[in-house]
Amino acid sequence: MSNLRAASDRYTATAITLHWLIAGLIVGGFAMGLYMTGLKLSPDKLKLYSWHKWSGMTVLALAALRIVWRWTHPAPPPLPGQPRWQLQAAHYAHLALYVLIVAIPLSGWLYSSASGYPVVYFGIKALQLPDLVAKNKELAKSLKEVHEILNWTMAALVTVHAGAAVKHHLIDRDGTLARMLPWARRPNTAKST
Amino acid sequence: MKLIHAALATALFSISGSLFAAERAIDPAKSTITAVFTQIGVPVEAPFTKFTGRVNHDPAKPADAKAVLDIDTASFDIGDDDYNAEVRKPEWFDTAKYPKATFTATGLTPAANGSFTAAGKLSLKGRTAELKVPVTVKADAAGSSYSGKLIISRKAFSIGDPAWEDTVEDTVTIQFRIFVPAAR
Repeated sequence: MSNLRAASDRYTATAITLHWLIAGLIVGGFAMGLYMTGLKLSPDKLKLYSWHKWSGMTVLALAALRIVWRWTHPAPPPLPGQPRWQLQAAHYAHLALYVLIVAIPLSGWLYSSASGYPVVYFGIKALQLPDLVAKNKELAKSLKEVHEILNWTMAALVTVHAGAAVKHHLIDRDGTLARMLPWARRPNTAKST
Repeated sequence: MKLIHAALATALFSISGSLFAAERAIDPAKSTITAVFTQIGVPVEAPFTKFTGRVNHDPAKPADAKAVLDIDTASFDIGDDDYNAEVRKPEWFDTAKYPKATFTATGLTPAANGSFTAAGKLSLKGRTAELKVPVTVKADAAGSSYSGKLIISRKAFSIGDPAWEDTVEDTVTIQFRIFVPAAR
């Protein structure tokens, strides 16, 4: 099964779904994070914080699924004709993105715990997540900075990642982007099924 | 004669009473009073950092036990300046107008497992409610501790801004541990 997938030049439907779900959630979560922190205290501010945390915990869960999926279903090999530096840059950028989609929600969860606010998924009491650390103002301050730095690193990497995908599509005119797009048709379906 | 007898007996009784169960000040440094409120399903625990109190409790006569706690409402510390400013507003604690909440307990009734129920009155934001408070008493050479928790309705004390109606739940859990040092 996994051999067949590896031989394919497209990501699996599951990988594509996970990629775009996570992409949407991190862009939304990032925008919410930027906006909500500047608001004055109000019920709406707390609602945004809740949604931000719920989307973050969803990213964490999806990231775990995605890592397991990637482990068991190798990504299609890079398209031929690319310089070695580019392949390596892509490899390490992807690795860093994987690390960040786990580290960012985790740092947010830690920050929330240290601030004295448990994370309650979707506000459902039965889904209250355990506090990772005890309430601690100093620690909360440091974790806030860690969460921010990780996010800006992510924003920079996502910009490069998306820019590279567009460059492949528009300048190189190869199929790199298409194989991650949900609506692109698999060119050689006959071979893999 | 009889009247003098009675008066003497009463005087003696109150002297012996005060010998064994004088009114004693609590030790705030070793005591805690916290409130746990719930916003969007998230329990948030915050302490009152300033309060004083006196307890008069002879373990032999729980029915005669008395306690008074005066709690500084402005000392409620959620751990964030914006929150603390909000909760001091007139819609919430209105700390400018009602700087103190007072809890008085008169009489401990034995309950299950060696614990007690205190008949109490809580005065908060100009409103007074009768409460039955479960209390666990622990005494050793250093002193006595009285701990327990109870659930109250914040709206019963008209605490809360209607704008926050869907955000903050009505029920609030009060947790306390009051320590009274032993007489030396």
